[in-house]
Amino acid sequence: MEFWIQGSELKVVKLELHKIRQSFKQLIVYKSALIGLLIILALISISIYTIIALPYGKAVELWKAGEKYWLDNPRNALPSWVNVFSSRKLPETITLSTEIPRAGISKVIIPAIGKLNVIRIEFSFNYEYDDFPSELNLFFRSKFNISSPHLTIHWIKPDGEDIVLKTLVISKEENYYISVDYGLAYDLKNRISQKLSKPIEYGMPIVVSLFVVEDDSALNPDTVKVMKGVYKLWIEGTTFETDTDLDAKLNVYGKVYGWAGTDHLRRDVGIAILWGTPIALAFGVTASVVIAFMNIILGAVSAWFRGYVDTAIQRITEIFMILPFLPIMVMIATFFRPTLFNLLLAIIALSIFGAGVKTYRAVFLQVREFPYVEAAKAYGAGNFRIIFRYLMPKVLPTLIPSIVLSVPDFVFLEAVLALLGVGDPLIPTWGKIIEDAFRYGALYKGLYYWVLEPSFMLAITSMGFALLGFTLDRIFNPKLKEI
Amino acid sequence: MNGRHLDIKDFVMYYRTSRGEVKAVDNVSFSLNKGETVAVIGESGCGKSSLAKSLIRVLPRNISVYKGTVLLDGLNLMELDEKTFEKEIRWTKITYIPQAALNSLNPVIKIGDQMIEPLVIRNKTSKNKALEMAAKTLRSLGITEEFLYRYPFELSGGMRQRVIIAMSLMVKPELMLLDEPTSSLDVLTQANIMNLMKKIKEELKPSMIFITHDVSLSSELADKIAVMYAGQIVEFNIADKFYHDPAHPYSRKLMESVPTLRMDKNLDYIPGSPPSLLNPPKGCRFRERCPWRFEKCTEDPPLIFLGKDFYVSCWLHARG
Repeated sequence: MEFWIQGSELKVVKLELHKIRQSFKQLIVYKSALIGLLIILALISISIYTIIALPYGKAVELWKAGEKYWLDNPRNALPSWVNVFSSRKLPETITLSTEIPRAGISKVIIPAIGKLNVIRIEFSFNYEYDDFPSELNLFFRSKFNISSPHLTIHWIKPDGEDIVLKTLVISKEENYYISVDYGLAYDLKNRISQKLSKPIEYGMPIVVSLFVVEDDSALNPDTVKVMKGVYKLWIEGTTFETDTDLDAKLNVYGKVYGWAGTDHLRRDVGIAILWGTPIALAFGVTASVVIAFMNIILGAVSAWFRGYVDTAIQRITEIFMILPFLPIMVMIATFFRPTLFNLLLAIIALSIFGAGVKTYRAVFLQVREFPYVEAAKAYGAGNFRIIFRYLMPKVLPTLIPSIVLSVPDFVFLEAVLALLGVGDPLIPTWGKIIEDAFRYGALYKGLYYWVLEPSFMLAITSMGFALLGFTLDRIFNPKLKEI
Repeated sequence: MNGRHLDIKDFVMYYRTSRGEVKAVDNVSFSLNKGETVAVIGESGCGKSSLAKSLIRVLPRNISVYKGTVLLDGLNLMELDEKTFEKEIRWTKITYIPQAALNSLNPVIKIGDQMIEPLVIRNKTSKNKALEMAAKTLRSLGITEEFLYRYPFELSGGMRQRVIIAMSLMVKPELMLLDEPTSSLDVLTQANIMNLMKKIKEELKPSMIFITHDVSLSSELADKIAVMYAGQIVEFNIADKFYHDPAHPYSRKLMESVPTLRMDKNLDYIPGSPPSLLNPPKGCRFRERCPWRFEKCTEDPPLIFLGKDFYVSCWLHARG
């Protein structure tokens, strides 16, 4: 007997596996479900990769690090892959530093009379892009005791033109933001207009005047052309102490960066796109599962016990249904620190007594009258046994698709709340990117990528869950089942 | 009436609706020896199922009156509180096979798990032992053990019915309440189930209350017959005597409506329908449809004992 039962249990396990495989096959028969599943799998892979490659603490630190940390990145740069789709090649950022020696960088210190040294740094780089760089910065770091080095900075264009940018005495850490040197801008503009003997009638930024082809096309901001070729930056100087050392770094900021671009604080938007994925999934799935189950339990309890319990649950539900959701969320965020977890709790708390309670109660009012429930009562099943084992499983088939379908609702909700300023200030999420973009006028400035990237992620997430959900609905809901 | 296995006296169950009180079971009294089967017959809506449900205390929510005495082996079940009843009587001494037995299995639980629910709920045995028992009981009813791991929808109607019967047999009940166990089954399956019940009756000897609207079916199993009309028992009789000579006019008309094989007989029917159980008329409740009615019928008829285990509630018999 026992032996027999063991054998049959093995058979049953096999049968179960077969059933699971069968329903999986059934699922991927529908192309839409296959696409949905692939999207969700991709999102999950991204999440896992993100959590491993860029741990949460590090991501938050990077996101909050401030502009200083990101100083080597261009501001509001497009993602690099736009170059693939455009014949006009946008510049990438070129960073040249004497601390990281490579071809095109040279630093020579020649002892002269007495303690005097002559220092000469040369940066040279090939500029083959069709657009001007966005900024130009020069950073110095030097070691000396009392007497600062005295430097002259030369800019040599590919055609051999030598322009003196500035003569300066530097401190131990000196930044020279070339592109915002307005005096220099004026001088450079005058130089070009003298050369062409024609006035330039627009404010020519330094990034343009340093890289422009100096012919008549430079007179119009729409026709200015980039002079391609090898540019050089010379730093010639005198130091006044024997052991004085000087390092310099030249940043020629481009207009594209990384796979996702950068935002107004030069941060890599990719970090937020990546971290937005696990957060969106966790947030959406948790909220939707918890809320669905709480709704269904409350509906079942309400329908099963009737009487005062029913009245209480239904009245509370009605009160919660008329509460304005968004204003209350904004209010909560004002009073409490809106961490992501608090937001999740608040959303769940506000949705437990949601419309779902009403719907499920209506279903359970029917189910509770089924003969098998009466039979269960007759053989002594208790209230909660009946609720959890007899009533609730009856609606699970419709519950699963609805959970899957409502995941995007909560992903969107998080984004909407972030857009309203109700978001965790620490964690980078898709909603926060959109908020930043919105606040700094991304669309007004034509920085479409800034809005489109998180929007794309939101859309693709909701599409994945929707495709899967609709198909699950078809499989689980007997009324929609095909064949 | 000492030594009776089951003794029901003045059993009353009313429930309240928005339109008034429904007198579903009204002063029902009968008794039963151990191992005997009483068939409760009557038209739809005359309180047969209510009687069974109130005996096992699966009551509607809007119950208003629930009283009387139900002695099972001398123990008054009506005096037990819900907890004791649950522990000692419901589905241990008394089992109930519901009317819609076909739909009485939870569609999302496997047969085996379902069958051991009553035992698991009361922590009687370990799960494995209970499953073993279930397998054994099923086998004795002609179902192989592999069905323990099937879902109810994979079983035929007759099989599901047998599963419910097996569930009931697993606790070795003293009293089985069968609420139309063969309704909505085809004739062959019906015969099959009836034979099974006969076998159970002979071998396990539980007392049974067999509720049916099918007079001919009742003859298969019954030792006693109780005819119910409008919430009351109008005739209680020994089966053999009943089929030959029913005493109450209603029983007589009921017997005349039963078709017989071979004999060419004009099937009779009773015109009209039973009175509403909401405020039933005073006096004999069958009065309106009775061809033998006379003045006296406007008064409530008493129970008239015509012999051992034989009484009738009709003024006609009071006269003679």
